[in-house]
Amino acid sequence: MEFKTLLTSVAIIAFSAGVVSAQEDAILAIEGEVISTSAKAPAFADNLDTVYSGWLFRKNETRSLQTDDFDNPAFVFVDQGIDLFEKVDGTEGKACASCHEDVEDFAGLRPTMPRVEGGTLVTMENLVNECRTERMGAEPWKYSGGQMTSVTALIGLQSRGMSVNVAVDGDAAPFFDRGKDLYYQRVGQLDMACSNCHEDNYGTMIRADHLSQGNINGFPTYRLKNAKLNSAHARFKGCMSNIRATPFKEGGDEFKALELYLAARGNGLSVETPSVRN
Amino acid sequence: MAKGVKPRVKVPKTAAAGDVITIKTLISHKMESGVRKDGDGNVIPRSIINRFVADFNGQNVIDVTLEPAISTNPYFQFDAVVPEAGEFKFTWYDDDGSVYETSKKIKIA
Repeated sequence: MEFKTLLTSVAIIAFSAGVVSAQEDAILAIEGEVISTSAKAPAFADNLDTVYSGWLFRKNETRSLQTDDFDNPAFVFVDQGIDLFEKVDGTEGKACASCHEDVEDFAGLRPTMPRVEGGTLVTMENLVNECRTERMGAEPWKYSGGQMTSVTALIGLQSRGMSVNVAVDGDAAPFFDRGKDLYYQRVGQLDMACSNCHEDNYGTMIRADHLSQGNINGFPTYRLKNAKLNSAHARFKGCMSNIRATPFKEGGDEFKALELYLAARGNGLSVETPSVRN
Repeated sequence: MAKGVKPRVKVPKTAAAGDVITIKTLISHKMESGVRKDGDGNVIPRSIINRFVADFNGQNVIDVTLEPAISTNPYFQFDAVVPEAGEFKFTWYDDDGSVYETSKKIKIA
């Protein structure tokens, strides 16, 4: 009996090791446009040769949802984002569209986020809320709330297919270093770092989950798990809860630094916003 | 009226006469089943799309009765034969009496 169990577990290990290699040659074509799902790893990522999009780690059913904008459930929320973009709010009587006439003007912004402005690291969410409070005289949106993710998905969509190219030197260097420290810092009751799953063990199964490299080129992402758009920070929070750590605050300095580091690890991957994951 | 209702349809722009085409439709709607309760224990009234109809040039293609067990944002995919150029008309009927309509033209190539 014990021998039989052993055999089964050997088979499972052999199977899961084979999964990632079988997936490397899959091609992602969204609305007929092919976008790259792997790239040469940046020089600072010492333990990786190639970076892979999370799309490659999902099952065929989930993958195919992302290939058609009608089937992609995230577009229900992108549509809401379009309405919000045009909706007047706040004391100044302005909508996003009052200044940013055409949302397509945002093409090229998503691949460079987060970035340093005047000594502070800002994310897409920060930019949206800055516009709301400074220029529209409106209440800021909740960092990972439905309105925020709808609009950040709409803005990110304009850059779909472009290569992620986040700056890591100059002003960004201290934030990048902090993000890197956080990535390799073991935390929580399970005493795990991001790297333990997403660098050392990507491609294998952690119970029912197929571990990806944790690249964030597809965020905000629609998750089948909760049927809504999820911000990168909300996902970090989920990861931290899973390893029984106390999550940092969404929109806080720690998560922003981690977002910069993770985005930079995926430099060269295509923006997939809004992606579909499980 | 239910909030944030928006119909979306995908119909090919052109088809050959007699072709079978695939049509996809989705309407964003909360599809409140009528059996859930709010924080105070009161039943949240039912509010669903109860009927979906697709017509082509006045001829019925599909007529669906929806029930409360159907989840948020009902999605339908079906095939239709296109004998001639014309217009598909899609209609959704809400419990509260609202009717949502959208239409798509198709050409013969």
